[in-house]
Amino acid sequence: MTDLIHRLRPKPQHVPLVATAAVFILLYAVACIRYEGFASWFQATSLIADNAPLGLAAIGMTFVILSGGIDLSVGAVIALSSIFLASCLVPPDQGGAGMHAGVAIPLTLVGGTAFGAVMGAVIRVFKLPPFLVTLAGMFLVRGLALVLTEQKRISIIGVESFDPLVDFLVFDFNLPAIVFIFATLLAVAVAKYTRFGRTTYAIGGNEDSANLMGLPVGSTTVKIYALSSLCAAAGGVLHAIGSQSGDASVGYLLELDAIAAVVIGGTLLTGGYGYVIGTFLGLLILAVITVIPTYEGDLNAWWTRIVIGVLLLAFILLQRVAQPRKT
Amino acid sequence: MPEALKKLLWPLAALGVLLLFNTAMNPAFFSITISDGRLTGSLVDVLDRATPVILLALGMTLVIATAGVDLSVGAVMAMAGSLAAMLLVDMQAHLSAVIVLTLGVCALAGLWNGVLVSIVGIQPIVATLILMVAGRGIAQLMTDGQIIPIDSSPGFAFLGGGTFLGLPFTITLAVSAVVLTIVVIRFTALGLFIESVGGNETASRYAGLSVRGVRLSVYTFTGLCAGLAGLIYASDITAADANYAGLYLELDAILAVVLGGTSLMGGRFYLAGSVVGALIIQTLNTTILMTEINGASVPVEYNLVIKALVVFVVCLLQSETVKQMIMRRRAVHD
Repeated sequence: MTDLIHRLRPKPQHVPLVATAAVFILLYAVACIRYEGFASWFQATSLIADNAPLGLAAIGMTFVILSGGIDLSVGAVIALSSIFLASCLVPPDQGGAGMHAGVAIPLTLVGGTAFGAVMGAVIRVFKLPPFLVTLAGMFLVRGLALVLTEQKRISIIGVESFDPLVDFLVFDFNLPAIVFIFATLLAVAVAKYTRFGRTTYAIGGNEDSANLMGLPVGSTTVKIYALSSLCAAAGGVLHAIGSQSGDASVGYLLELDAIAAVVIGGTLLTGGYGYVIGTFLGLLILAVITVIPTYEGDLNAWWTRIVIGVLLLAFILLQRVAQPRKT
Repeated sequence: MPEALKKLLWPLAALGVLLLFNTAMNPAFFSITISDGRLTGSLVDVLDRATPVILLALGMTLVIATAGVDLSVGAVMAMAGSLAAMLLVDMQAHLSAVIVLTLGVCALAGLWNGVLVSIVGIQPIVATLILMVAGRGIAQLMTDGQIIPIDSSPGFAFLGGGTFLGLPFTITLAVSAVVLTIVVIRFTALGLFIESVGGNETASRYAGLSVRGVRLSVYTFTGLCAGLAGLIYASDITAADANYAGLYLELDAILAVVLGGTSLMGGRFYLAGSVVGALIIQTLNTTILMTEINGASVPVEYNLVIKALVVFVVCLLQSETVKQMIMRRRAVHD
């Protein structure tokens, strides 16, 4: 019996993850009991679908933070890729390029990936703080999103190659929700089982050691930021699918929520410790907190920001107690 | 002192180039006229509008010098505006009480950051992220998410819009804040303490420095600066706008500090450089607003793109790799 309890007790490095899961289950259960209709399948699927763009950005951010970096540009990348995709798809008579979705979407993703790779290369080659480089990246991309088109918002309606993506529905899961779930599973596997994933952890643990061990620190750094921008660009595509529009002003302060999801998910901001699945749980917590005001009626939406702040504090304090010390 | 002057050379040169560019594009740029007993002109305008970022950059320089960073200053600005609106409009409080109370609360917000960083021991970027996320929520809560007009107090309007000695009052505020900070920091041992903490925390502790005390005071000071900046912003637009007040200004402030030559790694810091950095940012904004190409003005949207390129170039110039490349080339030439 004691053996069983001993085996069930989470390892120290899993404590934040277990805590995140517990908070989510508690929050979800309370919401289900308190609000009529919250416990529905429809609400559950839309929680995931509505937050798919943020979720993808948060998954990419997890790798960046695991490596000890930060990416402030993800919100802007979502905005630019959504408006870029929209202006590619819309027919020429409405001011677009009239491309097929099968061309436009890969183009958007490749563009996003290339942008991230350039940021990663700059960080690596010039030894600049990721904070500054991705900040400049954010300004650049947000500016380009605003410059790209006169219209700040482009509706994508009546584009033949795009509509099937919008209408796609399996068990009430729309395409954004499905992509998000699969991306999470894929990212879990990449972090755990690939050389890239292990090198990411190693860089975050101690970059000098990783270098001395002969790990490809340089190319991995480039790949990490490329991956983060790819995820954000995919998030932009999902936003375009979910809202049937491209929007240059979407994703303001989204980078903050993405970082919050990663931290609430138990990943250490100094890098080296954390799990992708934690980010997924952290994101679900954010999703529930964000949707509660619409059920509560007289509860103001800005409480969500305060609650997220309090949760951040709680989880950071928990990490300090539970995580193995980094020296 | 010569080293500090040498450090100031690059930012000043950048500012000079920007100003020259402006003169080339618009010969009237340097002209200053007097209307209604107040000097007006682009230069005065730049100084006036740069005030909030100058104030933020003052505090941010000291925080960055201790190898920290404060992401919450924009949110604290929003809190200051909302609190002032609440006190002035809802409670009809006296102006001096409003200012003292608001600045006090903002200093406390800074102290909170300081406690998280120095006593709890959380990394600065994470510790201040908490207030960055929650602070704007608190500001919105105070104003119920509305934009509250503050038009009942002429005294409050004077802060951001008044004329003093023929100049916008904001310039007096900015200059006194800068002079006061430089005097207090550089003519006492405080500046050395801060540089020492940023340079090597362990060594400072062994030397008997209160690392904790230094950290607590710089974060509190930053909160105070952000509070003043928030009051000025609210007074300027005669309203408390919890959604947009100070949005992304923390990034401008950090940028100003980096442009001014202070390294994000901590240690040596240059207050005058940060002020020049803030002026560069504002001049850039004004330049983009005023520049005309083929008779058409540049859309405001290009602001961000150009800012990004400037940040990028300045960062590159400061990076060790580029410095080494230049040094190597020089060595070859010699």
